[in-house]
Amino acid sequence: MSTTSREIEVKDAAAKAADLDGYQLTTDEIVGEKLVLNVGPSHPATHGVLRLILELDGERITNADVVVGYLHRGDEKIAENMQYNQFVPYTDRLDYLAPLANNVAYALAVEKLMGWELPPRGQAIRTICCEMARISAHLLGIGAYAMDVGAMTVFLYTFTQRETVYNLCEMLTGARFTTSYTRIGGQTRDLPEGFTDALLKFTDELLECLDDVDKLLTRNKIFLDRTRDVGVISKEDAIAWALSGPNLRATGIEHDVRRANPYLDYHRYDFEIPIGTVGDCFDRYLVRMEEMRQSVSILRQVVAGLPDGPINVDDPKQFLPKKEKVLTDMEELIHHFMLVTQGIDAPAGEVYFGAENPKGELGFFIHSKGGGVPYRLKIRSPSFVNLSILPKLLRGEMLSDTVAILGSLDFVMGECDR
Amino acid sequence: MDWHLLIAAGVKIVVFVFLLTLPLVAMAVWAERRVSAAIQDRVGPNRVGPMGLLQPVADGIKFLLKEDFTPAHVRKTFFWLAPTLVMVPALLTSAVLPFGTKLFGEPMVIADLDVGPLFIFAVASLTVYGIVLAGWSSNSKYPFLGGIRSSSQMISYEISLGLSVVPLIMLYGDLNLGHIVREQAHNGWTLLPLWGEGLSVRGLILAIPMFISFVVFTTAMFAETNRLPFDLPECETELVAGYHTEYSSMKFALFFLGEYAAMIVGSGLCVTLFLGGWSLPFGWLTPADTAVDVPFWQGLIHIGVFFAKVIAFILFFIVIRWTLPRFRYDQLMKLGWIYFFEIAVLNIILTAVLMWLLAPGSAA
Repeated sequence: MSTTSREIEVKDAAAKAADLDGYQLTTDEIVGEKLVLNVGPSHPATHGVLRLILELDGERITNADVVVGYLHRGDEKIAENMQYNQFVPYTDRLDYLAPLANNVAYALAVEKLMGWELPPRGQAIRTICCEMARISAHLLGIGAYAMDVGAMTVFLYTFTQRETVYNLCEMLTGARFTTSYTRIGGQTRDLPEGFTDALLKFTDELLECLDDVDKLLTRNKIFLDRTRDVGVISKEDAIAWALSGPNLRATGIEHDVRRANPYLDYHRYDFEIPIGTVGDCFDRYLVRMEEMRQSVSILRQVVAGLPDGPINVDDPKQFLPKKEKVLTDMEELIHHFMLVTQGIDAPAGEVYFGAENPKGELGFFIHSKGGGVPYRLKIRSPSFVNLSILPKLLRGEMLSDTVAILGSLDFVMGECDR
Repeated sequence: MDWHLLIAAGVKIVVFVFLLTLPLVAMAVWAERRVSAAIQDRVGPNRVGPMGLLQPVADGIKFLLKEDFTPAHVRKTFFWLAPTLVMVPALLTSAVLPFGTKLFGEPMVIADLDVGPLFIFAVASLTVYGIVLAGWSSNSKYPFLGGIRSSSQMISYEISLGLSVVPLIMLYGDLNLGHIVREQAHNGWTLLPLWGEGLSVRGLILAIPMFISFVVFTTAMFAETNRLPFDLPECETELVAGYHTEYSSMKFALFFLGEYAAMIVGSGLCVTLFLGGWSLPFGWLTPADTAVDVPFWQGLIHIGVFFAKVIAFILFFIVIRWTLPRFRYDQLMKLGWIYFFEIAVLNIILTAVLMWLLAPGSAA
């Protein structure tokens, strides 16, 4: 009796969709029957709405296709239809794990266009925002990563700390999640009373929590087995795929926008840039852990040397005047009216500003033709760029490695799809 | 047929399986949630009943009331058969576990078989059919992968599991679990030979291979019951819910409870083989031999001791689950075949050599 092999295909909705996408099996050798597995867009490991089409040979991935865009909201187009300040809430929803840092990056981009510089206290406050956001995002990144490889307790430990970060956000901005804290040329409000004390208390608790996480994961044999030499990114690949943030530094390239192209008052603080050696999942974990410790150090330095003085640019024609003045002064009332109806008067020109966000370099490119509305606003989202290397990483790894790699790349679909 | 035996067995089945083991399953679920909450700095279920103790009841009612949905694309017969094939063997294996001495003159074991461990391995290996069938009959990719993983995992670890018990059987020269426990009650537990004949050079040296057996057995037990760090078949983050992805309502609950029942019976077996079953240490309250009738209160204490040990073991299961990450599939197979299989085989040889060298009456 002769035997023949045939493709077994369960025609579920996902497979049909994959066919429609023109998805083809691309391999030369015949390795038996392959299984096309659709992962996501709604799946516990994809951290949002990422969709992977994996071609499996047993447990090994022979081909991977990444489909993004399920959370596309057209933020860039929306930006063209509103004044600069009105776009701030939309930046909250990019990397929704670090809204404070997004607010700051966007404000800095527009301020670069305007040619403004914030007074020292304003810059220090923004540095606090950025580092708080970094800690919050890395905590979730590591927690979710650990949960993906099966260590569920770490997730809850880091979440307890994130709760404190949210309390701090609430103190600072009035909102826990969508902070919308910055305005072009300043902040909505100064640091509230007791904030710095609460912040310092949090940094102490955070370090304890990080030690706990260290004990649970860093020397855990199973965790090492799951992450060492898995999803290795070489230095060349990292540059070729334009990775940024912890994913880039884990490969051993010492590039941090805060150091390479200092903004805010980062040049005043003493901090180290942790880099990895191999570029595998474990290095990415280590880099994030160390970055949180560095952030704590930066936060403590900022609080120790917190300058006094104004927090916003002092130009009533450009930045909303105080409310009491608006209600008592004719001049201020007119400024208020003009700013609210026309927006800030931006010069014509093109500007790009990239900030070191938790996920990598978040860049805003603004093409202005003058007036209160950008002609074109492009967001360089680090999650999107970092995800581009995923098909290369997944090919040849085991199915279980998918979750470790996804977790270690630490992306946010809100930012990726924007 | 002796009617007396039949009725006694029936009563014992009702009491041990339905009044002790199944409630223990429910309590294990509760303990899992409360202990994990304590580990993770949470509160855990505390609304239903005092300390949330009635939570399992609420869960059960919820499962019963949920729509029992059978997807259109499944193989119905096997889809329906699979959950029972997971639950029933787990409970069946409890038949040969001696969970006490005597109560009302009746030995506290449902079936006093002379091939206890063999019966347990034979029946417990049926569980794998339930999981494979669930994975296959669901006709869906995630359950399919879960089913494949679990069949290879359970078959692989069953070998280590069986081999790890061999040294113990060599030591006791008996396959009747009741006899093994009585031997331990008089002459020291397998892992704790500190009284009776166990407290001798021979007994203490032979405790070393027994300890190796214990480690292999416990680890294989984790793999057999699909508990973390070996929960690959249902590994939440990549396979959604593994082999029971397509199941709902009480059919899902059977898988869920089957896992806990297997865990309890596994703990019971481990306690019976290595930790002296129902016996207290140092021969306290131990009847001289089987013929002696045991006072009612002593019988109750023995049952209590057995379940206390089982519960302690379950807590160990739970703490492990919430502390460790999960293995990868190939690492798991490597661990099973390269380490545990070899260790178990070498351990048998080690035990044989030690027993030969230290045989009573030999020159050494």
